[in-house]
Amino acid sequence: MQRIKEKIIEFILGATALITILTTIGIIWVLLSESLEFFKEVSIFDFVTDTEWTPLFANKHFGILPLISGTLLTTIIAISVSLPIGLTIAIYLSEYAPKKLKKIIKPLLEILAAVPTVVYGFFALLVVTPFLQKFIPEMAGFNSLSAGIVMGIMIIPFISSLSEDALSAVPKSLRESSYALGATKLQTSFKVMVPAASSGIIVSVILAFSRAIGETMIVAIAAGQQPRLTFNPLVPVETITAYIVQVSLGDVQHDSLEYRTIFAAGITLFVFTFILNNISFWIRKKFREEYE
Amino acid sequence: MNNGEKNRLKDSIFKYIGIFACFIGLFLLAIFIGNILYDGFNRIDWSFLTSLPSRKAEKAGILTAWSGSLWIVIFTFIIAVPIGISAGVYLEEYSRKNKLSTILEINISNLAGVPSIIYGLLGLEIFVRLSKMGSSVLAGSFTLALLVLPIIIVATREALKAVPSTIRAASYGLGATKWQTTWYQVLPAASGGILTGVILAISRAVGETAPLIVVGALAYVPFTPKGPMDEFTVLPIQIFNWISRPQHEFAINAAAAIIILLFITFTMNGIAVYFRNKWQKKINW
Repeated sequence: MQRIKEKIIEFILGATALITILTTIGIIWVLLSESLEFFKEVSIFDFVTDTEWTPLFANKHFGILPLISGTLLTTIIAISVSLPIGLTIAIYLSEYAPKKLKKIIKPLLEILAAVPTVVYGFFALLVVTPFLQKFIPEMAGFNSLSAGIVMGIMIIPFISSLSEDALSAVPKSLRESSYALGATKLQTSFKVMVPAASSGIIVSVILAFSRAIGETMIVAIAAGQQPRLTFNPLVPVETITAYIVQVSLGDVQHDSLEYRTIFAAGITLFVFTFILNNISFWIRKKFREEYE
Repeated sequence: MNNGEKNRLKDSIFKYIGIFACFIGLFLLAIFIGNILYDGFNRIDWSFLTSLPSRKAEKAGILTAWSGSLWIVIFTFIIAVPIGISAGVYLEEYSRKNKLSTILEINISNLAGVPSIIYGLLGLEIFVRLSKMGSSVLAGSFTLALLVLPIIIVATREALKAVPSTIRAASYGLGATKWQTTWYQVLPAASGGILTGVILAISRAVGETAPLIVVGALAYVPFTPKGPMDEFTVLPIQIFNWISRPQHEFAINAAAAIIILLFITFTMNGIAVYFRNKWQKKINW
């Protein structure tokens, strides 16, 4: 009797673990099935080469490029804010900071990632943009610069904490040999530690990149809803995620072509993040045991 | 100045740059939050918490928003917590190292990296349309439950890993079965870590906006939900709606609602950190 009960419990526990697999299958199935319907009416060639995205207008164009450029633009701005700051924090915490200070700063930085993104959207639109407009009068009310900067602040802890882990994992002997040769902490940090931890640092940047691509509310609020193929950070753009929000807020008929565009946009986003996540996974696996 | 002195100077300069980098993000966040407190604090009063939304900014309140958030959080909790803990227990205590367990592990870390809006698309198709739940509290809760599941599973596994194997061996030695050992010994010992993960997951669910917009949570709901099949809005969506309006009065409402949302998020995160520290002290067996 006891043995049967044990078996049943194990079976139930295993079934709940399988829900995670079903989730992945569900995501892929939903995105694929709706996108396939979409690509019956729109050729894939147009989708990836047309430079206009106007599915909600009378004159419909279905080129994903403007949405991709908007997404990449905000992401690149965010990374150029968070990479130098995050990496400096990581080096400071692992090479310079006293242990006590490190213990205080790490959880404080996590606060940056805990703030709901809709709150960051408010900052970008109503605080950062008006502030920047004082210096750049031609800047539009919706723009990728403010959205990108604020997103960059949000993802600082992603880069700093993973990079710090990578730096801390480098064997002590390397650091000490460098000191023994008369190098300063700074020289040791940049010429020995950072190269030695480079795979971990790259992983942290890739994950931050993937996070920024999928970020929704900041860009939906502050970057605008005008898909355009540009790398000008001062004008309104639209990201893939902001487009999905725009359609979801509107009154679009289920089973219409407009409805399916959000799944076509969604699968594009999913493919990007999936590739990035797997590259980071692969790098982590490949370089994990370098020093053992 | 010779080379050595120059290098030492650079070294101490970098130290200050490091301290600066540590605090610049927090400093900006503090300015932002100060700004919001300045804008919105005086807007918060009893009628703001108990009024329905309105076209007139000064009459509008967040009753439907916070009650919707409460409904969503309760149902997300009921769905995600048992499944998450049980999946974590299976992966850590039961599953043997084989192909399936590797796939499960890679899959969970992949799920944690899927953008939240994609979960919205999943929920829209599976729960709202195929399961015919409509844009209800239940559909929203299922969607968010799938979103926070990886957080709970990973936290559960970490907590179980920290329980020393001697406890398991001692329990087996007294003749307990695997499940008795897990239920009476291992899980109670890991409860602090699991609790931390659960609180963080729920805090995440409170702040999520995008997936709920996609499953069709409305910006304007004139009533509070009476049951799990009712339509709903949540606090972050109400904030988003107010930010999107051009009138300054609505921005003040948004700031006031943000103060409440941040209060909830920070309190939950604070409690989570408190439990984590308390538990980490305890587990030095």
